[in-house]
Amino acid sequence: MKQNRFWAWVVFLAGAAYFVVPLAATFEFSLRMRRDYYSFDSYASVFSDPAFQATFSYSVVIGLFAIVMGIVVVVPAVYFVRLRMPWLRPFMEFVTLLPLIIPAIILVYGYIRLYNSSSIIPFTGSALGTDILLVFAYVTLALPYTYRAVDTGMRTIDVQTLTEAAQIAGANTVQIITSIILPNILVAVLSGAFLTFAIVIGEFTIASLLNRPAFGPYLQNIGANRAYEPAALAIISFIITWGAMGMINVLGRFAPRTSARTD
Amino acid sequence: MMIQAPASPAPPRRLSFEWLGVAPFIIFALMFLAFPTLYLLAGAFIGRDGQFTFDNIAALFTDQIIAAYWISIRISGASAILGAAIGLAMALAIIRGRLPAPLRAAVMTFSGVASNFAGVPLAFAFIATLGRLGLVTIILKTVFGLDIYRSGFNLLSFWGLTLTYLYFQIPLMVLIIAPAIDGLKKEWSEAAQILGATPWQFWRYIGLPILWPSVLGTLSLLFANAFGAIATAYGLTGSSLNIVPILLYAQIRGDALQNPGLGAALALGMVLITACANIIYLVISARSERWMK
Amino acid sequence: MAFLDVSKLTKSYGSNTVVKGVSFGFDKGEFISLLGPSGCGKTTILRMIAGFETPSSGTVMVDGQDITSLKPNQRQLGMVFQAYALFPNLNVGDNIGFGLKIAGVPAEERRARVVDMLKLIGLPGFETRYPYEMSGGQQQRVALARAIAPRPRMLLLDEPLSALDAKIRVSLREEIRAIQRELGITTVFVTHDQEEALSISDRIVVMNAGNIEQLGAPHDIYNTPKTRFVATFVGQLNNLDVTVADPVARTVSLDGQIITVPNLPAGISANAAMVLTVRPEVLSVGQRPGNDVTLNGTVEDVTFLGSVIRIRVKLGHNVVSLDTFNDQRAAPPQRGEVITVTLAGKDLLVLAN
Repeated sequence: MKQNRFWAWVVFLAGAAYFVVPLAATFEFSLRMRRDYYSFDSYASVFSDPAFQATFSYSVVIGLFAIVMGIVVVVPAVYFVRLRMPWLRPFMEFVTLLPLIIPAIILVYGYIRLYNSSSIIPFTGSALGTDILLVFAYVTLALPYTYRAVDTGMRTIDVQTLTEAAQIAGANTVQIITSIILPNILVAVLSGAFLTFAIVIGEFTIASLLNRPAFGPYLQNIGANRAYEPAALAIISFIITWGAMGMINVLGRFAPRTSARTD
Repeated sequence: MMIQAPASPAPPRRLSFEWLGVAPFIIFALMFLAFPTLYLLAGAFIGRDGQFTFDNIAALFTDQIIAAYWISIRISGASAILGAAIGLAMALAIIRGRLPAPLRAAVMTFSGVASNFAGVPLAFAFIATLGRLGLVTIILKTVFGLDIYRSGFNLLSFWGLTLTYLYFQIPLMVLIIAPAIDGLKKEWSEAAQILGATPWQFWRYIGLPILWPSVLGTLSLLFANAFGAIATAYGLTGSSLNIVPILLYAQIRGDALQNPGLGAALALGMVLITACANIIYLVISARSERWMK
Repeated sequence: MAFLDVSKLTKSYGSNTVVKGVSFGFDKGEFISLLGPSGCGKTTILRMIAGFETPSSGTVMVDGQDITSLKPNQRQLGMVFQAYALFPNLNVGDNIGFGLKIAGVPAEERRARVVDMLKLIGLPGFETRYPYEMSGGQQQRVALARAIAPRPRMLLLDEPLSALDAKIRVSLREEIRAIQRELGITTVFVTHDQEEALSISDRIVVMNAGNIEQLGAPHDIYNTPKTRFVATFVGQLNNLDVTVADPVARTVSLDGQIITVPNLPAGISANAAMVLTVRPEVLSVGQRPGNDVTLNGTVEDVTFLGSVIRIRVKLGHNVVSLDTFNDQRAAPPQRGEVITVTLAGKDLLVLAN
């Protein structure tokens, strides 16, 4: 038993070292812009770069749209499948797993080929169209996580009983979804939203191949041309990711724990 | 429930409502998952003249492309297997190792962050750590007198890339396998002990066999995760590293000049290999999951 | 020396002591129940015998061997858990054979023993089934077979019936007792269900708040409970408020009627108020041979329980409930009816609080 705990500590500390050292090294590196002493100059340089501000806000906006579209696509589908079309469940499970199996680069290549400027739906023919395509691409990337978050949320609140109770009280379907179901799975939806945000904010492959001025391609560009700013950007990205994940954790404490059924 | 309504079909209005709710999802899945992928993969069999051909597939069999597939498979395989093994060990340590409880919460939160900390920033972090001027490289050289680059290490190599990929592979394993480990009932280990089994025998005959399907499933997921990853490698090396996703990236960028069919064939190869990983998983898990409901 | 000897066993978690210096000894082949409400320490004692908890102090001896500091896997005990705890990845045969496999028994012999065990528990031919394919009762029987297949020195049962349906609970309980008798294996059974403990045990240890309240055969525990806790926990109880009439003659006054109570302890002063207790089935409606006390009361309530009818009767300022057998040829008494209730003074209990 004692030995058991000893090995647990060994494994944990070795793992912790592997994960902490690169962060520490990156942080140290980011402070070395001045030759003789540590400074935050690299951070100042990053924040004052207009391209940083422009690409970052672009990615935030795209991310917000992706979150909203994700909710519109996923929530009603999960609701109706849970409520009335359980036979569609395996199909949903399969579809939402696909983005984990099909690499993003293949999806975007498919988009470029299928929706080019001479096709029926020429998404890539205009900047706005490409932005819309990018939003949907991100909805696709986040789909496995959004779906699972929403599905878990609906499982814990017993959709069936809530719906029947609301119907007895005279609510129609739209009212049920917007004023009963959504508020009750808000925590789950928000968790999915923050995860989407974390995935989208620094995404490189799709944004780069669609030629959009997003944060990911900007990062790559800085990496190829500067020395210390990339380290600062890595730290900033890590903090953003940590912030999004921290929000999910905080939200988790408000999640409804009462569950009538655990099917 | 007092009186069951007769099993007549539901009123049509309600039926259409259901479909209205599911329709966005289905249209979305077709437009942004199914059609683009199928269209692209079909393109692998279409030549410049628009006719059916195997030429694009045949064109894959050049030394450079085969080498790219081979190194991609090796890196993905190594980072998936190591990530799964180390991730499993870490998850077991924090869940079953009787470490202080707050540690578990901290590791789980960190795993959530690190598993999403892929791509360009991760590449920066590893350059700052193990690059030629990285902190660890320099400390090893000045303090321990070990010049890792002179002794053959290179961040832009198989092991360098594998080491970098592990930074998101291990946490992903921890996140996915933790619920499965939680599902191991305390009574199973107690029953095994009272029947005379040592802790090792418990893991050998009971614990690991129960976890095995979950481990395999995650392994195939980790493989696909690494196989399609491009941003991390691109951030580390630009387009100089010869792995399949980077090759494909270059192919797409230069599409106008080069052969679009070859790009489609490259993509087809990638999908086939990740699909293979999943089929192997399904076959093995179907055999080992006889005991599951 | 007793076969199972537990001596001054204590278990504390920080400042919370859940088992407080418990000692008992049992002979080989006995069926012992640890009975008590949840949190009384009965499960902790069982887990200390099994080796899953380390005692803060005290010893556990089995067959003359001090096993207090042995690991569970060195104790050669069998155990059945509340939630079956069958290994889900092994079929029934492999589950039952697990302990034998660990012990290095050859496959051929193992298979033969599994067949014997399945016959014993009434599930012949179930070798290749998986746990999920069986009902709870069947799973628990397999768990029992798994526990006894390696021929352990002792069998520990941790509330093995509480996850099952009422009907299966009764039949499996009888089956467990029959198998235990057949094998002559010393068994420690933990339960919070008094009926279970009374029906199955050779002897019962009634526990409360980490201490033994009473240790004895089921009929002793029920008929002559030593403490109020035992009396209330095991079976139903009526309280009668009385005043002491004559301490020397051992008589009390119940609403003016003088009753002789043989159990009345010495050294009580006259006119002291006290509470006597009596089991519902000791009271009878109408005369019964041996009953020397006759009281008149008004029926307050009648509960029909099938074979038994429970009647609440107001006797002076006391309200008691009593049980009579259902008589198909006579209607049960009505509310408000005045009836005669008799009892024997020697069945009145005086309990320490």
